[in-house]
Amino acid sequence: MKQRMTEENEQKTASSDAFRDALISCDEEAAQRILSDFTRQNTPLEFVETVIVPALDDIGMGWANQDYSLSQVYISGRICEELVDSVLAKNTGFRNPGPRMAIVVLNDYHGLGKQIVYSVLRGAGYDILDYGRMETGDLVRRVVEDRLELLFISVLMIASAMEVKEVIHRLRSEQCNTRIAVGGAPFRLDAQLWKDVGADAAGKSASDALPIVQMAAEGRL
Amino acid sequence: MSLQTDRQYTMTPMERMLCAMDHKEPDRVPFFLLLTTHGAREMKMPIRDYFSNGENVAEAQLRMQEKYRHDCLFAFFHAPMEIAAWGGDVVYFDNGPPNSGRPFIDKPAAQIPRLKPPGIEGAPGLGEVLKTTRILAEKAAGDIPVMGVVISPFSVPIMQMGFSTYIELLYREPSLFWEMMEINETFCADWANAQIAEGATAICYFDPVASPTIIPRKLYLETGHIVAGRTIARINGPTATHLASGAALEVADDIAQTGTAGIGVSADDNLEALKQACKGKLTIIGNLNGLEMIRWSRGDAIFAVRKAIAEAAPGGGFILADNHGEIPWHVPETVLSAVSEAVHRHGGYPLI
Repeated sequence: MKQRMTEENEQKTASSDAFRDALISCDEEAAQRILSDFTRQNTPLEFVETVIVPALDDIGMGWANQDYSLSQVYISGRICEELVDSVLAKNTGFRNPGPRMAIVVLNDYHGLGKQIVYSVLRGAGYDILDYGRMETGDLVRRVVEDRLELLFISVLMIASAMEVKEVIHRLRSEQCNTRIAVGGAPFRLDAQLWKDVGADAAGKSASDALPIVQMAAEGRL
Repeated sequence: MSLQTDRQYTMTPMERMLCAMDHKEPDRVPFFLLLTTHGAREMKMPIRDYFSNGENVAEAQLRMQEKYRHDCLFAFFHAPMEIAAWGGDVVYFDNGPPNSGRPFIDKPAAQIPRLKPPGIEGAPGLGEVLKTTRILAEKAAGDIPVMGVVISPFSVPIMQMGFSTYIELLYREPSLFWEMMEINETFCADWANAQIAEGATAICYFDPVASPTIIPRKLYLETGHIVAGRTIARINGPTATHLASGAALEVADDIAQTGTAGIGVSADDNLEALKQACKGKLTIIGNLNGLEMIRWSRGDAIFAVRKAIAEAAPGGGFILADNHGEIPWHVPETVLSAVSEAVHRHGGYPLI
């Protein structure tokens, strides 16, 4: 029994490693093949949890360590998102449960970071609202209306990063306790900035969004 | 200490830069404060008004060079200026550099075959940049380098079509990609040469997509490296390639092969390792962390300047600057003054 479980775990790790390599090489056919092979004996949710999530996590950490490039993180997220959507079309009800959450680009016009995090979370089976680009007033209204539990804010410009402080101030003034996670170059290059603006969490890479969602779901954020 | 403090430097900024770029030691480490929106503050004008007239920018650059005693005049306005020439929108902010608006290419397959490089004359905004360049070159009279800027043909599509669409094009539509590069290369070379014709000493070739932070080196060698080699060969003056905060070490040797003379590097890069990789081939430009500068004390500034100088300045081939090629609006004047003071105090050759 124990030996069988070990073999199964090894098989899942091997699948995740092979899947990660397929993503990094932008090899959609290989990724699809691994999904098909895996789901012959396992559920789609197991594929998400034991293959996709570890692979995306590896790739995100690899980007933070300068082993992989941003384009590889982006393409990986896109491939996973397409695969999960295709599985979802056939298997309703397997989505990962998570907090009610959204993602937004605050003020500036740089949407790649948002797109990558969105794809990674969707690729991991989570549902997340995409707010696109918004400014502070509209964003605060929308967050309150949607009664979000978690909001991801993506920025590229330092002025936008500092504006997060105002967003949080206005949300708290509205008695809104939505947890705020931030990401983007200003927060990556200045490790203290997320605390200065009053955020609850910061991600250095897209895959950091996964444990942040987990922590929010468990009320630990 | 007092000897360093009181030292008088005899070279002009131009002589200093040229000596450093010849991989020799000048009288002190050259340093470039690549200031853009700070000029609006200097002129006490809103950012949008400030960039509407090249005379404002020229006047501010001259004042800031005198105030901070640094070694260049920066004729760059902002990156979306090029996008305006292509017909795109520029979105201004009160407290930071403009952004390019909604990408003007949203259907690459339909639009790229019809794309034509805009002419330089008559393009919105570019004439003001040329005016700035002309005034600065006249005032500098060959004593202070005037830096022009182009966004590389390989990186400008981020603004033309948006990052996601461009990455998909790069990976999945090679023939459309190369079609676009030919068009962009023509505009880029024309734009660089127009600035050189007005007196720019050198052109900063901004190419952030070349960095392994953005794409893998293998893909760069198959794409942007070829584009850079072709484009830089068409530019009638020296260039320095800037990766705008992207990591440089892995591609430093590749970038040296494109015919460029300098490389702008990231705050995350190891300067000592880069110094080895670039020795005799590329002048390193960097790598003070522009974002951390916002909160620096005077002591932080002195520490960062001394550290960078100790790691990269021995033997020349180094220009101290920020890591991004543009110092953020939020960096206070006191920090800029502290950086200047530190270079003047601790940057004299021979280094101590």
